[in-house]
Amino acid sequence: MSDAVAKEMLKISGLHAWYGESHILHGVDLAVGEGELVTLLGRNGAGRTTILKSIMGLVGRRAGSITVQGSETIGMATHRIAHLGLGYCPEERGIFSSLSVEENLLLPPVVKSGGMSVEEIYEMFPNLKERRGSMGTRLSGGEQQMLAMARILRTGARLLLLDEITEGLAPVIVQALGRLIKQLKEKGFTIILVEQNFRFAAPLADRHYVIEHGAIAEMIVKDELAGSMERLNRYLGV
Amino acid sequence: MEITFQTVMSQVMLGLNNGVFYAILSLGLAVIFGLLNIVNFAHGALYMLGAYVALLGYTTLGPLIGMPDFHLNYWAALLVAPMVVGALGMAIERTMLRRLYKFDHLYGLLLTFGLALIIQGVFTNFFNVSGDPYDAKPEILNGAVSLGFMMFPKYRLWVIVISLAVCFGTWFVIERTKLGSYLRAGTENPELVKAFGVNVPLMITLTYGYGVGLAAFAGVLAAPIYSVSPVMGAEMIITVFAVVVIGGMGSIMGAIVTGLLLGVVEGFTKVVYAPASSTVIFLIMVVVLLVKPAGLFGRES
Repeated sequence: MSDAVAKEMLKISGLHAWYGESHILHGVDLAVGEGELVTLLGRNGAGRTTILKSIMGLVGRRAGSITVQGSETIGMATHRIAHLGLGYCPEERGIFSSLSVEENLLLPPVVKSGGMSVEEIYEMFPNLKERRGSMGTRLSGGEQQMLAMARILRTGARLLLLDEITEGLAPVIVQALGRLIKQLKEKGFTIILVEQNFRFAAPLADRHYVIEHGAIAEMIVKDELAGSMERLNRYLGV
Repeated sequence: MEITFQTVMSQVMLGLNNGVFYAILSLGLAVIFGLLNIVNFAHGALYMLGAYVALLGYTTLGPLIGMPDFHLNYWAALLVAPMVVGALGMAIERTMLRRLYKFDHLYGLLLTFGLALIIQGVFTNFFNVSGDPYDAKPEILNGAVSLGFMMFPKYRLWVIVISLAVCFGTWFVIERTKLGSYLRAGTENPELVKAFGVNVPLMITLTYGYGVGLAAFAGVLAAPIYSVSPVMGAEMIITVFAVVVIGGMGSIMGAIVTGLLLGVVEGFTKVVYAPASSTVIFLIMVVVLLVKPAGLFGRES
């Protein structure tokens, strides 16, 4: 598996994370290669969102090691981590209600060269162009999700952390997001996808990590997926 | 007092003159509250400090540095006092307030309240509580101009104009510029703004510095009108907090408009029933709290 991967984008080893007194992650180990798309699967509360937040330094306390292209980030301030080329799309989407659509789009500073231009983004998401003057939270759920994605494509980030992007959206929007993710993968983005909707994630991902009780329970490669479905369903409680 | 157009308008203009002070001070409080979630009780003390930077710069600084002929003039004081007090504010934020963000907001309030008492206490010890005059008012702002319905002191007109310019300039930067979009986003969800790569802690420090710098600016503007005294801030800030409660902590424009409006209401009350003029704001505060607890411009959470 990771032998086949040319270059390591992200490597997490022995990661523990806490929110106040509660110890959420208990020694997570995972690695993601450049251009790979991996999913974090698991039940609610297993620690998938916390893994993404830990990568961004958004948990109360974290210990262990997280390297991005070889740079250790465990002691780094959150705003510096972003400048290593990370783009984060939170579960609640995080569209700012006091900012217009265009202000939301332009808010994240450029962290690496080679990001998409505003024109390219408007071409990709014509709805956002049409509504660029509206306040951010006036958009529909699907449009807000597109905006949350679009704004991290502008920054030049090459490692995208996407948390439950299909949650609560209509099937047609979910399909559109699926096409978008596929395009991004073809463009060479590295993507970590936290996803409840397994049918959405399965055809897109190279590998799946199953998270249970704040640690990695199992890693399943795309080719082994069919044979692992029974075990996977047990993990996910389907 | 007989109620005529002239008497009403003159009191309204004087009320507006008080109103711009309320506006500029409550604006600073609103900017700070937005990003830091702290009610800055030190605001009045820092307003007073601004006035003292102007006064001491004019009277004492020259002799102190061995240049008896040096007097910090009024125009320079308008720039220097906000910078000095802003720098002090940033030091306070970095060394003290920052340690309290992880606790309840009440602790930040208590800390700034303590600081206000210390600053005021120290100045009361060294300076005359009944006030010292500030004589550096520039020649060009002496005298009065005719507004058609009344003669109005030039200096007070200047205070109204420059305060409105500063208030609306601040509003413009916050609501209409890229820099302001960071501030608004940081007010809503600082964690996410950090995750996008913005140095939010630095932004918080600068915001606190700007907010208290505004207070110092108001202090310099006040110096030639009211005498400079250690308790000038304490008297002013009680009314300003009432203004903030009435306007609601939510909005920048709300802070400005409420400040101006209440100054005018106060002035108008002086014409109708003078004894009520110092309490009318608090009466309005009680009514607003009962009817719309989030304030006129505040958002219900």
